[in-house]
Amino acid sequence: MSDIDIEPTDTVDARGAACPGPLMDLIGRVRSASSGDVILLLSDNDQSLTDVSEWVDETDNELLAVDESGDDYGFYVEVA
Amino acid sequence: MTDRIAILGGGTGGTVLANNLADRLALEIDAGDVEVTLINDDPDHVYKPVWLYVPFGQREPADGRRPLRDLVDDRVDVAIDRVTEIDTDAKELALRDGSGPLGYDHLVVATGSTLADDEIPGLAAGGHDYYSESGALALRDELLSMTEGHLVLSVVGTPHMCPAAPLEFVFMADSWFRQRGLRDDIEITYTYPINRVHGNPQIGEWADPIMAERDINTETFFNAESVDPDAKTITSMEGTELDYDLLAAIPPHRGVDVVDEAGLGDRGWVDVDKHTLEAETADNVYALGDAATTGVPKAGSVAHYQAGVVAQRLESEIRGRPATATYDGKTLCFIETGMDAASFVEFDYENPPSPAPPSEKLHWSKLAYNESYWLTARGLL
Repeated sequence: MSDIDIEPTDTVDARGAACPGPLMDLIGRVRSASSGDVILLLSDNDQSLTDVSEWVDETDNELLAVDESGDDYGFYVEVA
Repeated sequence: MTDRIAILGGGTGGTVLANNLADRLALEIDAGDVEVTLINDDPDHVYKPVWLYVPFGQREPADGRRPLRDLVDDRVDVAIDRVTEIDTDAKELALRDGSGPLGYDHLVVATGSTLADDEIPGLAAGGHDYYSESGALALRDELLSMTEGHLVLSVVGTPHMCPAAPLEFVFMADSWFRQRGLRDDIEITYTYPINRVHGNPQIGEWADPIMAERDINTETFFNAESVDPDAKTITSMEGTELDYDLLAAIPPHRGVDVVDEAGLGDRGWVDVDKHTLEAETADNVYALGDAATTGVPKAGSVAHYQAGVVAQRLESEIRGRPATATYDGKTLCFIETGMDAASFVEFDYENPPSPAPPSEKLHWSKLAYNESYWLTARGLL
């Protein structure tokens, strides 16, 4: 059970998507988001663990938390 | 009672499906028990892979066009019209030109991809593409007049049609300029949205050293945010700005609006079970090819194989048997690595690709397949 207490502004459910689908879905949502929004990306693809964190490092956005407690991953990204 | 099958879209998937059904269900169609209607808003069938060769003067857009009715079995009703609304509750389609709603018992959405240049400010004015007939012709003019400067190939949007085509374009451009003695004066840069040069890790690992060997610059994690046509710059969300003399871009893609309006998916892509290809939000609806969100490439081979699966499933359903055919993700793709060599990949949901060593034989195999594609469209190959 996750102890992450973050209320996302929006959720992107990319479970079932093949790589790099989850990251591209996240980027697509970030394009239309406002500064300060928190986007929760749901993915069941292991590659997302590196793809998402590496992309966030390239930008001014921030990876607030990663939920690895369930069957899927949850990435909380705050938009710069 | 007649089973009415409506197919939206006369691209590769829709056309192969229509011909496959005409063959499988010939007896039922001849007896009046089944009707197959193929609806397309263009009287021509268009084979898009031809466009890659247009900028290099090797093909003309007309080489990729044939009248749709000439390719489709006479047992299929071809309607040149555009669907303006899908009502999955009433099982009816509204048509732009037709006299009234068209009812269906089974619907297959094969509406393909459209380009959405307008999603990136400045892209339409500042960029060129080879993902449309007009774009490929304009790019040909630009390439023919280019003798020096910076050619940037930017993959702006994914998913997009034929994921290998951006790699092919820069490999072909490198080879083409070398053959013409211009390569030393032309810098080539390739940009990609994620942290490698291709979405598929195996293909990315294969292509990366070829890029380095050919002196093709790469910019990864480059998600184009805007293009300035006057300054001739393209800027990414990640803060990188590139100057260009010629920008060849892969524009963002969308499906068609009626998909979203019918509640079948987002951005024109239909949410489907990736094995059965059944729509997730409506009964008696399938989707295939670019229009279906299966996670595999938006490629002609995918549409071709998926059409075979949907045809088998519809045959089973109409004959009152359980539908057992499923799609396993099978994808085939030739990848040009220059003007006279190509590689080849084959993969599915379980087995990753392993690109074949580039060879002249594979290059000619690709060109030979492109010529024989019309047999695929007819359901013969």
